[in-house]
Amino acid sequence: MKVGDLEKILMAAARKTSPSEVVPYAFEKRIMARLANPPPLDLWGLWSHQFWRAAVPCLALTVLLGGFTLYSSANPTRAALQNDIEDTMLAAIDQGGETW
Amino acid sequence: MQDPAGMEQDSVLIAAVLNGDTASFEPLIARYQPRIFGTARRYARRESEVEDIVQEIFIKAFQRLRSYRGEAPFEHWLMRLAVRTCYDFLRAHQRSRETILTELTTEEHSWLERCVQDSAQAHPGDTGARELVQRALEMLPPPARLVLTLLEIEERPVKEIAELTGWSVPLVKVRAFRARKEMRKIVEKLLKQTNL
Repeated sequence: MKVGDLEKILMAAARKTSPSEVVPYAFEKRIMARLANPPPLDLWGLWSHQFWRAAVPCLALTVLLGGFTLYSSANPTRAALQNDIEDTMLAAIDQGGETW
Repeated sequence: MQDPAGMEQDSVLIAAVLNGDTASFEPLIARYQPRIFGTARRYARRESEVEDIVQEIFIKAFQRLRSYRGEAPFEHWLMRLAVRTCYDFLRAHQRSRETILTELTTEEHSWLERCVQDSAQAHPGDTGARELVQRALEMLPPPARLVLTLLEIEERPVKEIAELTGWSVPLVKVRAFRARKEMRKIVEKLLKQTNL
């Protein structure tokens, strides 16, 4: 059987069955009661919702900064390299002075 | 098409609600809730979810009633709100689409088998077909499901879909094209996974 044919039959099945329009008993009363007494503002819920939304960008920023720090310490800049070479070269003199 | 008397009644009730008579909103709910329930049942299976959607639609309608300008029938304005709320529901409740395929019921499987062997024997009105198409629709991403439902199942024109969804006409066409492609892929998978 061709995929297109099955697709057509399935769509025909969907068209043939329209969903029920039955309404639960006194549903309008339920909505009116809800309108008359709106639920109290859930501040804790709002805060936690915003917190979770902020968590993802914060985590991404942490990973990004962590990566940057690791990368920059693994590849020292020219000035830092010069200082390191100087320290190494003069290490004997510096340390020698202290031991005398 | 809505009758002029009904539209007149609606305008009177809406004016009353806007003037502070909240109770006048009840006849409006009673009048339109069957259609709204029918719409919500196209996008949600569980009855508790359907009731939540309908409740949300009417609460939004009440809160935004001031934005209804009375240029078009109230029913059209309400339907726009309903379709957009259903779309929000679909986006918020995206289920794992891959697992749905592996859970075919015996009825669905036997209908599919009959359909593959002899398509004349597989009636679109059978329970298996109805359940299977519902399953296929559930596997679609929300924009695809919405556009296919409105275009292919409810057979609404593209312009009307654009008005209902708030999408532009070209966007509706592009999404419809993608949705058909995705539906075809799902049907293909359905045939492959059931080894038919």
